[in-house]
Amino acid sequence: MKFLDEYRDADLAFKLAREIHRQTTRPWTIMEVCGGQTHAIVKFGLDELLPASIKLLHGPGCPVCVTPMEVIDQALEIAARPGVIFTSFGDMLRVPGSRTDLLSVKGAGGDVRIIYSPLDAVKLARDNPDQEVVIFGVGFETTAPATALAIFEAARTRLANFTMLIAHVLVPPAIEALMSSPDCCIQGFLAAGHVCAVMGYEEYIPLAKKYRVPFVVTGFEPLDILQGVLLTVRQLESGRAEVENQYGRFVRREGNPHAQELMNVVFKVVPRRWRGLGEIPMSGLALTDEYRCFDAAKRFGLDSVEATEPADCAAGLVLRGVKTPHECPAFGTRCTPEHPLGATMVSSEGACAAYYRYRRLNTVPVGRMP
Amino acid sequence: MCLAIPGKIESISGDDSLTRLAKINFGGVIKEASLAYVPEARAGDYVIVHVGFALSIVDEAEARKVFEYLEQMDELADLKEASP
Repeated sequence: MKFLDEYRDADLAFKLAREIHRQTTRPWTIMEVCGGQTHAIVKFGLDELLPASIKLLHGPGCPVCVTPMEVIDQALEIAARPGVIFTSFGDMLRVPGSRTDLLSVKGAGGDVRIIYSPLDAVKLARDNPDQEVVIFGVGFETTAPATALAIFEAARTRLANFTMLIAHVLVPPAIEALMSSPDCCIQGFLAAGHVCAVMGYEEYIPLAKKYRVPFVVTGFEPLDILQGVLLTVRQLESGRAEVENQYGRFVRREGNPHAQELMNVVFKVVPRRWRGLGEIPMSGLALTDEYRCFDAAKRFGLDSVEATEPADCAAGLVLRGVKTPHECPAFGTRCTPEHPLGATMVSSEGACAAYYRYRRLNTVPVGRMP
Repeated sequence: MCLAIPGKIESISGDDSLTRLAKINFGGVIKEASLAYVPEARAGDYVIVHVGFALSIVDEAEARKVFEYLEQMDELADLKEASP
């Protein structure tokens, strides 16, 4: 595929890796924010091409992983009700709530359906006027424009049987939360390319200044990630803390103004709890007053009851980059993708799932170049 | 979850900017996507698509930059070798 395959060229990847080795004189700790980048790094073994002195930390950019358990419990409660069609992106179905998961609710007779686009859920509501159709609004700024248009379209066509259980989260406040944590050791960030395709990257300029950390907006293919690391290392080595854009083929400085405009009509920014990270100020989206009638939690009269995470799950520490999946005693034994303790083992973007799929036997020494 | 894939717009249906749909070719697989957020997109453009929505049109000059950067690295290395 054009604009994809050419960024997987192995020779050019090795060349970038050699340049990273040449430029690196000291140890550096860099976090890739997005779970899609984590997945690519582990899948292609990109971290193994880097000098041993460069540590890549896997960030909290997996919306499935950070959706709090109490919201999963709300989803489970709605999905089990008769007369409801509960729609969700596929990777939410195995995420454990307090007692069960959406897939089990489906197995027990709940009408849970996987959708590709939020507009599919709108069509389901139109085609099934006697049933309540609920969409699980999960995702970062990349996904919010899609659910915003679904709500906008439902309002425009006066769909009375369509609501959204909303769990959208925002990246910059999470980065601020990580940086202000006392155990933070992150020195540079690969910012998430597709979030920036929507939002642009001006939001990161004050963060780069305040915390003296470089941000490089980075894509998802091996050459993108290696060039992102190289640009970050060059900034770190020369004492700069700027915002650079590696992913210019899809990211403009101002982002996508059309998407931002509709998001601002449908959503407002609110405080939100993150699984593993706790409450982060102004880090989530809720429906604006004009669109409140599409809020599933209100429609179904649900209260948010705080749920307790399993004590033997280290997902919170993994999401903050404090632990790697291997360091969790439950990894690969009591916790597997089939029987996950935490959401990071479920989603294809979760760090634990990526390690389980590609790194169950950690035999390759890091830092060795071919 | 933020997975987005580049594809080529084969054809466009609808006129209203918020409901415009496109058939998009992803390496031979054709899927429909909304063009609500790329009103300037035309047939033949490459766009990046996430959950059925085109989010951005490719900037072809920027797309070449990774490769230009690698070429410049070569030139710099040649210069260093040439200098005493």
